[in-house]
Amino acid sequence: MTTINSKVPEGPLAEKWSNYKAHQKLVNPANKRRLDVIVVGTGLAGASAAASLGEMGFKVLNFCIQDSPRRAHSIAAQGGINAAKNYQNDGDSVYRLFYDTIKGGDYRARESNVYRLAEVSNSIIDQCVAQGVPFAREYGGLLDNRSFGGAQVSRTFYARGQTGQQLLLGAYSALSRAVNKKQVKLYTRYEMVDLVMIDGRARGIIARNLVTGKLERFAAHAVVICTGGYGNTFFLSTNAMASNGSAALQCYRKGAYFANPCMAQIHPTCIPVHGEFQSKLTLMSESLRNDGRIWVPKKLEDAQAIREGKLKPTDIKEEDRDYYLERRYPAFGNLVPRDVASRAAKERCDAGYGVGNTGLAVYLDFAEAINRLGKKVVEEKYGNLFQMYEKIVDDNPYETPMMIYPAIHYTMGGIWVDYELMTSIPGLFAAGEANFSDHGANRLGASALMQGLADGYFVLPYTIQNYLSDQISVPRFSTDRPEFEAAEKAVSDKLTRLMNIKGKHSVDSIHKKLGHIMWNYVGMARDAEGLKKAIAEIEALKKDFWTNLRIPGNKDDQNVELEKALRLADFIEMGELMARDALNRNESCGGHFRVEYQTPEGEALRDDEHYSYVSCWEYQGEDKAPVMYKEPLDYEFVKRQTRNYKS
Amino acid sequence: MDKNINIKVKIWRQRGPKEKGFFETYSLENISQGSSFLEMLDILNEKLINEGKEPVVFDHDCREGICGMCSLYINGHPHGPDEDVTTCQLHMRKFHDGETITVEPWRSAGFPVIRDLMVNRSAFDEIMQAGGYVSVNTGGVPDANSTPIPKNKAEMAMDAAACIGCGACVATCKNGSAMLFVSAKVSQLALLPQGRIEAARRAKAMVAKMDELGFGNCTNTGACEVECPKNISITNIARLNREFLSAKLKD
Repeated sequence: MTTINSKVPEGPLAEKWSNYKAHQKLVNPANKRRLDVIVVGTGLAGASAAASLGEMGFKVLNFCIQDSPRRAHSIAAQGGINAAKNYQNDGDSVYRLFYDTIKGGDYRARESNVYRLAEVSNSIIDQCVAQGVPFAREYGGLLDNRSFGGAQVSRTFYARGQTGQQLLLGAYSALSRAVNKKQVKLYTRYEMVDLVMIDGRARGIIARNLVTGKLERFAAHAVVICTGGYGNTFFLSTNAMASNGSAALQCYRKGAYFANPCMAQIHPTCIPVHGEFQSKLTLMSESLRNDGRIWVPKKLEDAQAIREGKLKPTDIKEEDRDYYLERRYPAFGNLVPRDVASRAAKERCDAGYGVGNTGLAVYLDFAEAINRLGKKVVEEKYGNLFQMYEKIVDDNPYETPMMIYPAIHYTMGGIWVDYELMTSIPGLFAAGEANFSDHGANRLGASALMQGLADGYFVLPYTIQNYLSDQISVPRFSTDRPEFEAAEKAVSDKLTRLMNIKGKHSVDSIHKKLGHIMWNYVGMARDAEGLKKAIAEIEALKKDFWTNLRIPGNKDDQNVELEKALRLADFIEMGELMARDALNRNESCGGHFRVEYQTPEGEALRDDEHYSYVSCWEYQGEDKAPVMYKEPLDYEFVKRQTRNYKS
Repeated sequence: MDKNINIKVKIWRQRGPKEKGFFETYSLENISQGSSFLEMLDILNEKLINEGKEPVVFDHDCREGICGMCSLYINGHPHGPDEDVTTCQLHMRKFHDGETITVEPWRSAGFPVIRDLMVNRSAFDEIMQAGGYVSVNTGGVPDANSTPIPKNKAEMAMDAAACIGCGACVATCKNGSAMLFVSAKVSQLALLPQGRIEAARRAKAMVAKMDELGFGNCTNTGACEVECPKNISITNIARLNREFLSAKLKD
């Protein structure tokens, strides 16, 4: 029986990280120059890790799928970043940020990791300000904060509705400086296509140059995966078009455990789907729930009249509106966590109260805020989001309420990592959304930016040294070694196989089918029967893919369709893994909601006795079912409770 | 109200940087005006693939107007006819039934074509690497609230920092100048006490790199400001000129 060793340091919760740092092994400056690290990805985690490791003296190779690191999808995060600064004197502390994150994750995250995250959160804000990130400020010149879901304090720092952009540009500037100093070598328009292992350790990657189509080999002493999540398994999501789960799956196929794949977050405030041709969904920041009130009509006939275009939302009288979040969750109101808000929207729409022409939408109304604060203040706070909404929907949210509906946004699951962010493969690390570590079954708003930067700036630069310290006498590997030869050949063969299918259907048309299966059976409400159906249908879709796919062009040339096909092959596998994990977890927790397991009020019903563990899936080969191991989550410091946002 | 329209799209096709490009015209029927411009191109590509032809290559990623990846020159305007949007936020309701829409890549000496509508904008990365940062290492920095910054200064810095690095300013400029891009970063950092310290060095280094990479000079036509999807103001160029001159005078 394989046991999972998470390498959590001994000692009281608040002292684990300082104890670790005090006793870990270090690498001296002369030896750092002899050690190479590959960082895949240039989002918040990747750029901050690459810049920090480069500054320390390691030789870093950093890979970017877009034409510039500044375009990584972290850039699209809108609302903010959490930190336990307690600048507002409203009772915040490291412990409280830790506690809110653990509770928000429905007690399915590792206590020690989450505590460390809360602990380093303050340094992130300091670092970003020092880089010139223009956070919002008060007239006195000090930093401003706002509230986000799942918290009763204001701990979210923000830069208008573009916080992710500003934080990423900060990390990108640090990275640019490291490139200038030749501490980091940057490879743009490259996509990792396989991990290379030598004697059981991660020692390099095969990457495809997306401009020439050529496969290239890169060796290093350690590899760090910062490639984000796998939300695009659903085809329609708030992720960017190139966001994919392939790097993570390559690691999984080489033996890295995949943890909690079923934990995906459905964000409650996205612009609703408008048609068959739609390519992606757009998020409206959670920060809008600070001032926007969510409602649907109280009367079924009003909802129907709205759907038929006979009534406008502004025609519905105040007493005929159901502010269902305020009604169900008086203590948190519109600021309940995302999983709770999403399910509540689905519940109302399923019951027939949904609006919009499809009935799959609810209102997010700013009329009260505009009355209270004035249009100018609302515009200052949310102007860019309102403009974005208007450009897409062609409707003015200052006058009529926004329409929103939940959509796939983030994946809490990811590559399994221990306390040091190392995967089950020695020398292979994962950071940011690509790992599973900190958000349990549900991520709180403004915590993704915090985690990405915590991992990259303040965790990995320490923990990776503990691994590299005994690698100092290992010489650089030649990429002519048979391991590289074999890995490149396997990728090349796979590309040939894809090109040779010569079927009739485009990648996107098959991806859309996968998206439907996922949304219908592995989405917001799951049950055993549906999940079994999903697994069977995905199996059939896989055959469809490998017999009917058509890719124009050549394999050794720039070929966008071939890039998409490679990613889709992995999304299909990912979808199956998600369904399997969801089927195994006979409980509801956070974003994983099994309809068989709910309280009489329709809230998630956890089963701590049987499912208080991280499910770690191990690959067994193509067409073989993966094996699951359990990392038990023993809560030493926090008493697990039923999540309560009502009182 | 959005309806369905029939259109023709006249698109620049070019196999590679050294090859000769040409326009090809495609007809599309029943395009919903509620779809985005890039979704219209997705529909075109789906059609081309089904016909066994090679799809049109174009850059795009976030599709919500923030990554700066999309870069199309539509009917003579970078990012098309709508105001304050990137190509991905442009919707087909801005076009009418029967219209022929001309789509070209960014055209500038600084941005060579890679294929079709995709161009190489690495020059922007190189300019950033020359000095677009505050020289601090990770760790060892003061508390975030130790230096108060006047709200209006922080707001002005944020206005400049909103640049998405798409390159529309260069594409629209008759001189192919990158001054708006460079000045936005120089301004953002010069306005903040953290960046003020190396403002002179930064301005000189970024301008020198811009000149080296073949971008043209600024002749104050103001086209960049008009076409910028994020409303970056040319007052930033004035600030850059001041920073640059005062730095040079001190040399």
